[in-house]
Amino acid sequence: MRSDLDLELVGLTKRYGDTVAVDGIDHLFHAGRYVCLLGPSGCGKSSTLRMIAGHEAVSDGSILLGGRDVSHLPPARRGTAMMFQNYALFPHLSVRDNVAFSLRMKGVAAPERHARADELLELVDMDGYADRLPAQLSGGQQQRVALARALITKPQVLLLDEPLSALDPFLRIRMRAELKRLQRELGITFLHVTHGQDEALALADEIIVMNEARIEQAGPAREVFDAPRTAFVARFIGAHNVIALPDGPVAIRADAMRLAEPGTARLDGRVTAVEYQGTHVALTAAIANDQEVMALMTDTDFFGAPKEPGEAVGLGWQDGAAHKLHA
Amino acid sequence: MTDQTITAVPSADPAPRSRRAPNRHLTGWLMAAPLAVVLGLFLILPILTIVVVSFWGATEFSIYPAFQFDNYAFLLTSEVTWRVFGNTFKYAAITWVCTLLIGFTVAYYLAFHIRSLTWQVALFLLCTIPFLTSNIIRMISWIPFLGREGIANSALLSWGVIDAPLDWLLFSDFSVILAFVHLYTLFMVVPIFNTMMRIDRSLIEAATDAGASGWQTLWHVIVPLTKPGIMIGTIFVVTLVMGDFITVRFMSGSQSANVGRLISNDIGLLQYPSASATAVVLLITVLLVIGVLLRFVDIRKEL
Repeated sequence: MRSDLDLELVGLTKRYGDTVAVDGIDHLFHAGRYVCLLGPSGCGKSSTLRMIAGHEAVSDGSILLGGRDVSHLPPARRGTAMMFQNYALFPHLSVRDNVAFSLRMKGVAAPERHARADELLELVDMDGYADRLPAQLSGGQQQRVALARALITKPQVLLLDEPLSALDPFLRIRMRAELKRLQRELGITFLHVTHGQDEALALADEIIVMNEARIEQAGPAREVFDAPRTAFVARFIGAHNVIALPDGPVAIRADAMRLAEPGTARLDGRVTAVEYQGTHVALTAAIANDQEVMALMTDTDFFGAPKEPGEAVGLGWQDGAAHKLHA
Repeated sequence: MTDQTITAVPSADPAPRSRRAPNRHLTGWLMAAPLAVVLGLFLILPILTIVVVSFWGATEFSIYPAFQFDNYAFLLTSEVTWRVFGNTFKYAAITWVCTLLIGFTVAYYLAFHIRSLTWQVALFLLCTIPFLTSNIIRMISWIPFLGREGIANSALLSWGVIDAPLDWLLFSDFSVILAFVHLYTLFMVVPIFNTMMRIDRSLIEAATDAGASGWQTLWHVIVPLTKPGIMIGTIFVVTLVMGDFITVRFMSGSQSANVGRLISNDIGLLQYPSASATAVVLLITVLLVIGVLLRFVDIRKEL
């Protein structure tokens, strides 16, 4: 399965003085995948990305791309390109000149680099805006330009630092479809840093959940969602209950919880809140030891036998729905 | 329901608004008045006086109100005027180049190489220390340093760099420009530093990402984005140098002249009309220079 365009991190470490931002992580990114680095702020995901990009010096370990060690190469010679969180478009240059910037630095003649820039602008549906200044574009348009500018260097890996965080929710959903389409068309690796689990689930072939400078879990999106390995992953990825049972903590998807008569199911609890969410109803119940459990039901299921806050309920699940968690 | 209340509000409003309107204007005028009075009394009125006096006549011992163009005719046909204006431009140009190079370098160092804000502020304040003493003191302190028997010459002699003292160190164009650069570089540093601090650091990373070398980043990203600051500094330095007379007098040992000295000499001889005419011409020249500069760079977004 290994190809010569794989990106591999070996014991990658970043220290700022005494604090360790990235603690010796190892990972192999297969070429041509859409990978999301997911984690709360300060978990080291951005430092990891910036080290891969070459904007942050590696304290220890190495970054291999296509079999060669790129840890100490300048950013432009690594075969990576970075798309910045706030896009970082040059405000004094037109859209075309922004996209053509790297070619200009290489000394490519104006007609040729402009032609290339126009091709890239067409790829991101921004032809027709080539002569504008970045300030004359909307957030979504600026992002497309930033994408075109990153892609003009023909990178093997595109690094995206929270690319959707500056957009409004509606545009965010549209742009993420766009990113996915582009990645499929180009067939290169996209490495996308985000703290939104819905974004990661929607986009990623592979999700890497980071916490406290380490990789907590890595795997295909469905695997991470279906079988979170630790309590942190289960909580962070959302829609899971982490319940301490006598034989250790387990994670159970909220939509796998079944309501039953009190005393007949695995757990007994008391309803604390009912939240109607349109297609679903989220019911929260307090169980023993001050734990809270959420059950997500379809609206038909819930309204077939509605519950009120304060009512006693039984909570159960099918065998196999509970996953044992590691510490 | 809600829509109705919203549309109802403006239709009910006009009556009270029209009652308030004259008041509002009065308040506006009153708020603008203090500054207008100050500017009128201390800027517009003196300039008008100068313009009026520039048309007056003068004899060796008196001046008399008139409306004649004699002063301007004499000024613009005199070969001395042209030479002195040329000299003034020369000082302005050379000082501009020097202050720009030094100012840009200092500002660049402060803005991009000093990482901590505390150090940035500390070093910035260090730059302003010379301003704790007066202009004249700072200028005159060059004299013992640069003189024939001064520190510079004796040091160079003792190192064996030169055999005889350098005469051009003091009372020369060199010393004039040295003093100008010393006095006015900070006026270049401050606006450039200010503009540089507003440059988004990720732009520099983006340039590096695109393969730009340090010099390419400087030339293609930092310099274009610093232009408004450079322009503001340029306006400071050019107007200060072109209006100066004391620096030229002290540092050239009264051997060189610029327009400021021309005016000061006329005033010394009580030739107010002639001095006024020169001042008017200088004012127009400086305004033209600034006008040309502003055509190149839009500084409005900096203000």
